[in-house]
Amino acid sequence: MQDKPLILAGREFSSRLIIGTGKYKDYQQNADALKASGAEIVTVALRRVNLSDPDEPMLVDFIDPEKTVFLPNTAGCFTAEDAIRTLRLAREAGGWSLVKLEVLSDPKHLYPDMSETMRAAEMLIDDGFDVMVYCSDDPVFAKKLEDIGCVAIMPLGAPIGSGLGIQNQVNIRLIVEQSSVPVIVDAGVGTASEAAEAMELGCDAIITNTAIAEAKDPVRMAKAMKHAVIAGREAYLAGRMARKLYADPSSPLGGLI
Amino acid sequence: MVSKMNVFINGEPHCFARSISISAMLKELRLMPEKVAIERNLQIVPRSLFSQTELQDGDRIEIVRFIGGG
Repeated sequence: MQDKPLILAGREFSSRLIIGTGKYKDYQQNADALKASGAEIVTVALRRVNLSDPDEPMLVDFIDPEKTVFLPNTAGCFTAEDAIRTLRLAREAGGWSLVKLEVLSDPKHLYPDMSETMRAAEMLIDDGFDVMVYCSDDPVFAKKLEDIGCVAIMPLGAPIGSGLGIQNQVNIRLIVEQSSVPVIVDAGVGTASEAAEAMELGCDAIITNTAIAEAKDPVRMAKAMKHAVIAGREAYLAGRMARKLYADPSSPLGGLI
Repeated sequence: MVSKMNVFINGEPHCFARSISISAMLKELRLMPEKVAIERNLQIVPRSLFSQTELQDGDRIEIVRFIGGG
């Protein structure tokens, strides 16, 4: 049984797992995890070059942007202007218009600043970007972001890097039900079962960084995430059984000796 | 007359002994043009214009590249 592909801004992807490239021991481990995960998209950050070390290892030497889609983020941006400046540079560096917008607020919880996020998304869309937007799990804002033309709605499951899992299943489900663009849980997934849970709620994909990078064996966790996303997606498509309050024997009661 | 070029690169002061293009600046810094993006006084300099864009005294240059992130 064939699933339909994940479509982002007109491009088709067969993997529904997007992984980050931060917090790994080194880029080689990151590349190995990417291979094990089967992901076709990685999130990346844009930062100043280190002028004192021009020979430092470069991400692009380990993960080939010709083979893996680089999704530049705006991590560390707290205003719409910062985010736009960053993504214009990213577009120049890589030549891609598909971007992950995140405009953050308080460093303690890294919740998105939704009014700034809305403003930045509008400006980026006007400037020709395909915006995948990190957002709160508020269905009202999610709808507004879709209405202005974001190509993917990416609610958090829990605070970035917390690994606390999906905190509000109801909201994620409401966002999934109302959206006609892909919904991707971005942030909060801590282990494979939580990735499967997001997919069972009907999400189109998940993004995870810390859950893989900070696992004791990141490459193995990458593989686990690959299977979890497939399992969760299949379970969602299959449709779970109804919940019952009492037992219902699986073996027939008739013909007992 | 030698005119010294004082510029800021990624927030740090740099001095070049002569007028210099972005391409030449990258060469001096030992950076590969295809792996970076450059902003000059908050305006992006397209890679295609690196060789013909001359730094001006007082320019504020940002040189960025992709790194790991979530």
